[in-house]
Amino acid sequence: MPTFVYMTRCDGCGHCVDICPSDIMHIDDKYRRAYNIEPNMCWECYSCVKACPHQAIDVRGYADFAPLGHSVRVIRDEEKGTIAWRVKFRDGRVKNFLSPITTQPWGTKIPDLRNEPEPSDDMRNSQLLAFEPKYIRMDDGDIHTLESNGLKFKEGVYY
Amino acid sequence: MGIKTIVEDNIDILVVGAGLGGTGAAYEARYWGRNKKIIIAEKANINRSGAVAQGLYAINCYMGTRFGENNPEDHVRYARMDLMGMVREDLLFDMARHVDSAVHKFEEWGLPLMKDPKREDIGAYMREGRWQIMIHGESYKPIVAEAATKQADKVYNRIMVTHLLMDDKKKNRVAGAVGFNVRTGNYHVFKSKTTIVGAGGASNIFKPRSVGEGMGRVWYAPWSSGSAYGLLIEAGAKMTQMENRIVLARFKDGYGPVGAYFLHLKTYTQNGYGDEYESKWFPELSKMVGKEYLDTEGQHLSHKPIPTCLRNHAFISEVNAGRGPIHMVTMEAFKDPHLEEVGWENFLGMTVGQAVLWAATDVDPKYENPELTTSEPYVMGSHATGCGAWCSGPEDISPDEYFWGYNRMTTVDGLFGAGDTVGGTPHAFSSGSFTEGRLAAKAACKYIDDGKAEGIVVSNKQIAERKEQIYKPLENYTIGRNEIVAGTVSPSYILPLSGLQRLQKIMDEYCGGVTVSYVTNDKLLSIGLKKLAILEEDLEHIGAEDFHQLMRGWELRHRHRTSECVTQHTLFRKETRWPGYYYRGDAMKLDDKNWHVLTVSHRNRITGEYTLEKAPCYHLVGEGDEKVEV
Repeated sequence: MPTFVYMTRCDGCGHCVDICPSDIMHIDDKYRRAYNIEPNMCWECYSCVKACPHQAIDVRGYADFAPLGHSVRVIRDEEKGTIAWRVKFRDGRVKNFLSPITTQPWGTKIPDLRNEPEPSDDMRNSQLLAFEPKYIRMDDGDIHTLESNGLKFKEGVYY
Repeated sequence: MGIKTIVEDNIDILVVGAGLGGTGAAYEARYWGRNKKIIIAEKANINRSGAVAQGLYAINCYMGTRFGENNPEDHVRYARMDLMGMVREDLLFDMARHVDSAVHKFEEWGLPLMKDPKREDIGAYMREGRWQIMIHGESYKPIVAEAATKQADKVYNRIMVTHLLMDDKKKNRVAGAVGFNVRTGNYHVFKSKTTIVGAGGASNIFKPRSVGEGMGRVWYAPWSSGSAYGLLIEAGAKMTQMENRIVLARFKDGYGPVGAYFLHLKTYTQNGYGDEYESKWFPELSKMVGKEYLDTEGQHLSHKPIPTCLRNHAFISEVNAGRGPIHMVTMEAFKDPHLEEVGWENFLGMTVGQAVLWAATDVDPKYENPELTTSEPYVMGSHATGCGAWCSGPEDISPDEYFWGYNRMTTVDGLFGAGDTVGGTPHAFSSGSFTEGRLAAKAACKYIDDGKAEGIVVSNKQIAERKEQIYKPLENYTIGRNEIVAGTVSPSYILPLSGLQRLQKIMDEYCGGVTVSYVTNDKLLSIGLKKLAILEEDLEHIGAEDFHQLMRGWELRHRHRTSECVTQHTLFRKETRWPGYYYRGDAMKLDDKNWHVLTVSHRNRITGEYTLEKAPCYHLVGEGDEKVEV
């Protein structure tokens, strides 16, 4: 069913409701816990699974084509900057994977551009975007133009 | 029902939809517009929204000019070849000359880009293919979301934007947008000098192969509801190449990506009987499309890639000839433990559902070659196809017909696009969409500074009328529900899901979906248009039980408008330009003499009538490029 929520683990905190890109994780009025209100609009994107602080959300593959008895579990650790996956097959085999999710401490490396020096009028009237041309090649080279690359536009069929 | 009206006034730059295009726009807008008011309206939560919500394992558009790898024109030639000539080369060149600067920023912000151990000395990235670099991109979206959020004055999450506002004084000028909060139901009015639409392309407009729970396992995100087109067509913006839907050859049912498998793992396909099948379909196909597009002898020798649609054609033909299924041969590559890890992490990083499916069906590609399939068609403008709005290019590049003042501005004044919204720019992918957002934002700032957004008037009448229209499905339901005992069947309203399924059936059967092997013709398309017109009448009677269903109702309206435009374009282009994506049964050949042009449509806002025209197709040429006489 795509995602589902274990009754005993969910405390109704709503992190999944907050993050779901499809707006399908809602809090059940009676039980005050989360559930998937529209499984056929679930992409199995795991955003809610990763966001759940209690590992209360899991995924059961789409019933149209996925047999029962499998699991793909995940722990996303922002502090360590890693994501750990455990894939369990229907026949019991297990595979584990670990990947980095960032190389920087969260929230520190992206500047508020209000504090950058103001661009000059020349830059405003040029084709350059912020931090260009430097960031294109990371050297002193300039932006590509038709002229610099010896090109022109012609109507018709050219191959 | 206690709905409040919340007005955000005096906005300079309104970003509608904060996927990769929208986040790029908000980021860049602050650089050029220090004192400008920048507002983001996002349907979900900016930290996990858009097509990249679940992450990516590759950045598919990176030139690497820094490492001497490619120049922008190389990428233009590649995209042109892949789309059978039909692209906006000015927009492509412009995107390609800037895209690396976005990727280098991503790395600085913390996105883990893999490095090539063989080129460690220069710090070059690990290439998956000529244009793709490999990343650990699980947090790609949260990272770019932070870049956008830091610059914006405010991010409104959970706002479904339903309509653009138009200036009541000056014709054909945008004035912001309206929508509602899908949780509280509040009515939101955004009055803005410029609007950059970074909304999504369209999944789920053609009947999907999986129709139960599995209809959520579409290739493109189920929340990509064609708002990029629905919003713009309604506002009277011209659209281009909307017939150019895409069909994906992917791992069966889970639609797991094949890029890394083909390019990095060097896996290949074979038919159900273990035979290579592609090349035997090419001689006949070459007669259909011409030698310029498929040179059966030369292409194999030159290693020039074969256009994706033509490879699809071979796949579809082989299956229809009774020699399916098509398998991806993984057993050789997966003997290497490193490649095996890459194969799995590729899915876990961007299509977890495929890993779930293989676990459920005990498919280990080390011991078994998994099945592939061709998907239902999708309409979008940032992956390997170029549907979208007819936009101006940059002034230093674009031919006259492609230029009207501001880069990435649509034919509606003050209305800009990025990502799926912009037509004719395939192969932008995530990094290219972000770059397009940046280009649009700089141009939008200039538009305002040039005084083009002065004196915009939005009448209270327009705001009140939209409000009534937006909430009507709730009223339809409340009234109609009292007529019946229980259940979903009512004589006076249809639920959004029922409407969606009718749309999918029409598009599938009349516009070249899966069940008709992607074939249509003028007769079928004309019937399709009639059925879509009747569906539009019924969409006035959508019944929504709550605000969530109200969102589904408006997504359906955007999908419907997109579909209508797709059908109009498909009827207009009387040739089969992309065999493998769709076929015009009444014109089975590629016809360069009459159709080496871009298609441009305009829907009259008052009458709803479409006018279609041909726009010239310009190509970049350097010395040595020869013209082919047709």
